[in-house]
Amino acid sequence: MSLVEDVRQIAKKYPDSRSATLPALRLAQERDGWLSPETLREVADALELTPAYCKSVATFYDMYHLAPVGTHLVEVCTNLSCALAGAQKVVDAFESELGVKPGETTPDGEITFRTVECLGGCGYATVVAVDHRYKQKVGPDDVAGIVGEIRGAQ
Amino acid sequence: MGLSNVLLKGADERDLTKLAEYQAIGGYQGVPKARAMSSDALIEVLQTAVLRGRGGAGFPMGRKASLIDRSSPKPKYLVVNADESEPGAFKDREVMARVPHRLIEGCLIAAHAIECTHVFIFIRGEYLAEYEILQAAVDEARGAGLFGDVEITVHRGAGAYICGEETALLDALEGRRGQPRPRPPFPPVQGLYNAPTQINNVSTIATVPTIIEMGAEAFAKTGVESAPGTAIFSISGNIARPGNYELELGTPMRELIYDIAGGVPDGRELKAVIPGGSSVPALAPSEIDVPLDYDSLQKIGTFFGAASLIIVDDRCCIVQLALRSAKFYMHESCGKCTPCREGTRWMVQLLEKIEAGEAELSELDLLDNIGSRILGRSLCALGDFAVYPTHSYLSKWRDEFVAHIEQGGCPYGGASSLEGIEAPLDAHTHSPLPVIA
Repeated sequence: MSLVEDVRQIAKKYPDSRSATLPALRLAQERDGWLSPETLREVADALELTPAYCKSVATFYDMYHLAPVGTHLVEVCTNLSCALAGAQKVVDAFESELGVKPGETTPDGEITFRTVECLGGCGYATVVAVDHRYKQKVGPDDVAGIVGEIRGAQ
Repeated sequence: MGLSNVLLKGADERDLTKLAEYQAIGGYQGVPKARAMSSDALIEVLQTAVLRGRGGAGFPMGRKASLIDRSSPKPKYLVVNADESEPGAFKDREVMARVPHRLIEGCLIAAHAIECTHVFIFIRGEYLAEYEILQAAVDEARGAGLFGDVEITVHRGAGAYICGEETALLDALEGRRGQPRPRPPFPPVQGLYNAPTQINNVSTIATVPTIIEMGAEAFAKTGVESAPGTAIFSISGNIARPGNYELELGTPMRELIYDIAGGVPDGRELKAVIPGGSSVPALAPSEIDVPLDYDSLQKIGTFFGAASLIIVDDRCCIVQLALRSAKFYMHESCGKCTPCREGTRWMVQLLEKIEAGEAELSELDLLDNIGSRILGRSLCALGDFAVYPTHSYLSKWRDEFVAHIEQGGCPYGGASSLEGIEAPLDAHTHSPLPVIA
């Protein structure tokens, strides 16, 4: 099915099709990797909204990418509980393993690395989300293995 | 007293994500029982049980249901707040991952009380595994014909702390930027799609089947009189055995920290306890002899919040703690109301200046002054959530703030457990913080 058809199917689950905006943006992003102006226009057309409206919604939420990102996303929580458990050492380990700073993508375009706010795994710190799958109780020594796993899976 | 296991009952012995397993321990029997009652009678049961909201505010769930205008010609909606985003909280996640059917059963019962036929569960976007488990459970229960004329839609968020605020959640669910709405009108009158709407936390709704099973009077005798039942307490930070513990309300805080969770590890000293998630005033070690319930915590100037304790040991610089927390609230301020949008930014600027040893003593008063101009001045409490903890750090650990100023830098000299911690905000190079002259 095309994105438009998928989005219209989702919209049927709601009394008002506008409610499908968040799911539609996610679906489009899963297909394209990020929300380009063209992608936003496609979502807008499917929901009979304006591209500007869709962009205004997309810019509000942290999980939408308004610029291209790597094939894989590595997110390290640095909120209080993870921070107290030593999250910065995990951040530093990713930084040296990947050779990029938080918020950046590796030169080969494979991995985008960023810090994020609380992922809700505080009791299992430090929490790292790889493509939205949680890895818990991560220490700096685990980082090379995680990166190897991501690169190996390509 | 004597009730330890309500929400997670049976989950250690069986895989309760499967419908057959949940039904084998009596699951879903509450639905026909509840449906045999009139909605008035069911609301009466919920009110007798005094089930207080487990999301943070502690508002009695039965009274909330009674506020729904059931005579309205519009549809009535039940919305479950599964946007658990409070730093320190990870209890609802465990409910959804391990006992999703108990939540679904609670939805079906609570829906009957307010004559609702469409329930929405708003789950935060980051909870992918939990979403998959919950969605599979919803599909399985629907397929087994348990829903009757009710539909349950699981709706995923996309990453915004503010969507845990109930009216922001409604806007996100309607496909908008998740920003709080002015009240009145309150959601029971005009909520989702402008229709009467009840909004409850995951743990609140997942407690409902137990109330039907054991009876409201018996339930009301558990926990403490002002707050019967159990809560899943999330405990994290510098603690020997972090994790979730379901305990009766009124359990002594000291017992949870030291006996159950093993106390502060590595021979360190306890420095602070943030008892309800990072948005509430912190407690000093001398204040932890308190029962864990809404009223007891409020009596000593803090909140039960999301039943989430963050334990901080003596390696942590309190200014760094305040700063990291303030950066979170600045990052998550939705920008709708000026006091919160600007005020959280000012707080971060001042705390950075204090941590760097570049502030003057008078700026400690300025920090408090900014707080007083944020409190209660916005549509929701997010700005207040930045102020409550900061104010508590400043009033209870003032010496440490003063030491930064007098020594011209952090007294921990780079050895604090939060030294150099990066926040997502720090990567936002498109909006650098202007320097206070």
